[in-house]
Amino acid sequence: MRILHIPLILALLAPLPVLAGNAPPPAAPGPSQPAPSFTDVLAGLDGDSYDDRISAVEALGRLGDPRALPVLSAMLDGHLYEAPGHGLVYGDPDAGLRSAATGEAVAGLTADDLSEIPVNNRVRGVILGVIGGLSLKSPEAGVRIKAVEALAERQPDGAAAALKGLLSEETDARVRAAAATALALLNLGSPERHLRQEAIAVLATSSDPMVEGRLRQYRDTEKDPDLSKAAAGAIHDISVRLSLIDVGANLFQGLSQGSVLLLGAIGLAITFGVMGVINMAHGEMIMLGAYTTYVVQEAFRAFLPSSFADAYLVVALPAAFLVAGAVGVLLERTLIRHLYGRPLETLLSTWGISLILQQAVRSVFGAPNKEVGNPSWLSGGVDLAGGFTLTWNRLAIILFCLGLLAALAALLRYSRFGLHMRAVSQNRPMASAMGIAAGRVDALTFGLGSGIAGIAGVALSQIGNVSPNLGQGYIVDSFMVVVFGGVGSLWGTLAGALSLGILNKLLEPYAGAMLGKILVLVLIILFIQKRPRGLFAFKGRSVEG
Amino acid sequence: MTAIANSLSAAPARRFPAGFLISAAILLLVVPALNLIPPEGSPLHLPNYVVPLLGKYLCYALLALAMDLIWGYAGVLSLGQGAFFALGGYAMGMYLMREIGDRGVYGNPQLPDFMVFLAWKELPWYWTGFDHFAVALAMAVLVPAALALGFGWLAFRSRITGVYLSIITQALTYALMLAFFRNEMGFGGNNGLTDFKDLLGFDLSRQGTRIGLYLASAVTLGGALLLCRHVVGTKQGRVMMAMRDAESRVRFLGYSVTATKLFAFTLSAALAGLAGALYVPQVGIINPSEFSPANSIEIAVWVAVGGRGTLSGAVLGALAVNALKTWLTGAFPDAWLFFLGALFIAVTLVLPDGLVGLAARLRQKTSFRSRPRDSGTPEKKHA
Repeated sequence: MRILHIPLILALLAPLPVLAGNAPPPAAPGPSQPAPSFTDVLAGLDGDSYDDRISAVEALGRLGDPRALPVLSAMLDGHLYEAPGHGLVYGDPDAGLRSAATGEAVAGLTADDLSEIPVNNRVRGVILGVIGGLSLKSPEAGVRIKAVEALAERQPDGAAAALKGLLSEETDARVRAAAATALALLNLGSPERHLRQEAIAVLATSSDPMVEGRLRQYRDTEKDPDLSKAAAGAIHDISVRLSLIDVGANLFQGLSQGSVLLLGAIGLAITFGVMGVINMAHGEMIMLGAYTTYVVQEAFRAFLPSSFADAYLVVALPAAFLVAGAVGVLLERTLIRHLYGRPLETLLSTWGISLILQQAVRSVFGAPNKEVGNPSWLSGGVDLAGGFTLTWNRLAIILFCLGLLAALAALLRYSRFGLHMRAVSQNRPMASAMGIAAGRVDALTFGLGSGIAGIAGVALSQIGNVSPNLGQGYIVDSFMVVVFGGVGSLWGTLAGALSLGILNKLLEPYAGAMLGKILVLVLIILFIQKRPRGLFAFKGRSVEG
Repeated sequence: MTAIANSLSAAPARRFPAGFLISAAILLLVVPALNLIPPEGSPLHLPNYVVPLLGKYLCYALLALAMDLIWGYAGVLSLGQGAFFALGGYAMGMYLMREIGDRGVYGNPQLPDFMVFLAWKELPWYWTGFDHFAVALAMAVLVPAALALGFGWLAFRSRITGVYLSIITQALTYALMLAFFRNEMGFGGNNGLTDFKDLLGFDLSRQGTRIGLYLASAVTLGGALLLCRHVVGTKQGRVMMAMRDAESRVRFLGYSVTATKLFAFTLSAALAGLAGALYVPQVGIINPSEFSPANSIEIAVWVAVGGRGTLSGAVLGALAVNALKTWLTGAFPDAWLFFLGALFIAVTLVLPDGLVGLAARLRQKTSFRSRPRDSGTPEKKHA
């Protein structure tokens, strides 16, 4: 149905001859006259003269059958044909034709079998008007809303009557609201005072910047002081609502940005925060998680029927956790274990690991970005008022990382492993004396942090490119978040990530994206001077450098 | 590693090292002679491209020296050295841009090409004075030093130590990189500064100028080496090392840790800026990627390979790693990052004292273990 939109918009730029003359178009024919059937009227499109075709088009408009919409828009483009034995067919001869009467696909026709139904500008003008009217009767609410919006924008002759007709029978609340707003916008220009007054009352409930602009124009031209005042009140109501929506949108985008920061930082909150290990290869753990997602996706595409393709995420999450976690455990056992208590050496050697991992991935998968597709249930979003769209993948990431954080906090707080982990990080010799295998706990803790980074990679692959350098983009930010929030505190990490995300978003309109980021970095650097232990200081041995 | 009592007393015997004189002679006399005297094609002839390449290495060595001062001697792993280097480079680049004059693509005598391209009408105020070489050279040293002084004062005063300092200096570097990528900054944005023509009237593409720049780098490096040698021998230098080994104890003894660190950090930034200023005319370009945090970490590995806490080690490490890099990136482009990564791990696990330390250990072994080894015990504090 997407093909309809272009002719639709065009249609509403033209006057609505059909609707203007026939205000209640649907069951127009009276009881005395039997209603002509859709197929009969349709056949008239193949009339001998332009006038015959025009009257057929107008008859279709009076009939008000939405099945005529695709046929008419094809006719507008010269894609309506007469095919012997099939009647009228429409569509692109190369891409596939459909029967005009039934809408079913027609196979086995070549361009040679077809004779095009000729149209001229006069016919086109009539078609455009009819399409506009028919769109208001389209079975799809989205098409009807677009038609209403186009009417409100252009205000052609007969628009008010068409809108009233629509309002009298429309059941969809969104279409009704759009139609009411459109009608009110029309009525602002009405010579009757009570219509204008009603219109202002209706428009005051809107949250559309376009409506606000129209009201401003109206306020400046209205002679009646009472109405002018009412319009000013309505403008105020709308602008308050708009700025609230704006704050909400900024907050959401800030949360979304903060959740990306948080995803990068959660794993680090474990390895750096709890263990005090400076893992510069943390970003590469995220990258490994993203590549695991890619591999799982490709495996699903290659070996499973396409109906399973969307399920790859469910497998990718544990797979990424295991891959990154295993690399983490390996790293801890072979390298980091030897460097405890020497943080600067740890920094350098894990940087070396990160270089090796990057180059290894580049050698295996190649340097170009890999594409990871959103599953269908994560693509798209919902349009909220004020032109602000809540996309599902962003929303999912916010919820996902909050859930991840909660699960991690619960693990640390309630599980036996969490208890051991806290014991070892707070007092290693005492924990060992109590029979906790400190070395094993170290390895598992590091594996946990790395695994969580891998899971973060799955989530981040949904919103960005998957490339060998993926992790490098997160490493500075992640460390900033952990240090800002307070090393060793999960809640600090949460607060740090979300406040930095929102701060970044709030600075963006004034400073631009790049300068905003720079300002945030400078602010953190200054903040750390004041509170070197971050927002939520944690009193433990591991953090006392 | 030296214990605190060791580092505060008993400075090593101060004989003038023979190695220094021999290296100086080779760098200052033999290299230019081999390039200029034997005819091209002769096996003794040093190809023209090698001279600026060596000059570049010498700049890196100077940068490594600066890193060694702050990391190897003062124990502060600053990841801002790359930023100081780049700032020095930009200062020199600005002078070289002004030297182009009206020979740019747009032929504007007042504005560099990129400003004409951005439709700017006049030079931003901070470009004032950069048509004088002396101003640019001073700025190449003073701007990084001032940044280090301000930043260090804030950081050291609030006792940010260890990895925290590394992380926030890395953030500083990263922020500067983002800033210099912006066109509005007036430093050429993404493309940086390039297409230089001449320096002090000498054509940069002539071999004579290149040899001159190479010699200037060698002399500066030698001077910096002597300066650092002097500094680490003074009382300030001994406090620096004591602070590296036991910061709290030095503080309790009444020395100002903040002032000592600030001194080392500022001096180190100034040297790094100088290195950048020498580097840019030899490579012919400076752009924001020089600020990349990865560069700053790579400097640390040069020092670690050579042996931190030894001045000659820093120089040797920078020369060795960069020569290897040139060879490997040419011969096996994919292998370089593997090698560099392995190097990072090797120097931390098996070569904690670098090449110089390895040589010392070998020498010790051959001299019938006349003294008990004291370098094997791991030092837990502030490595």
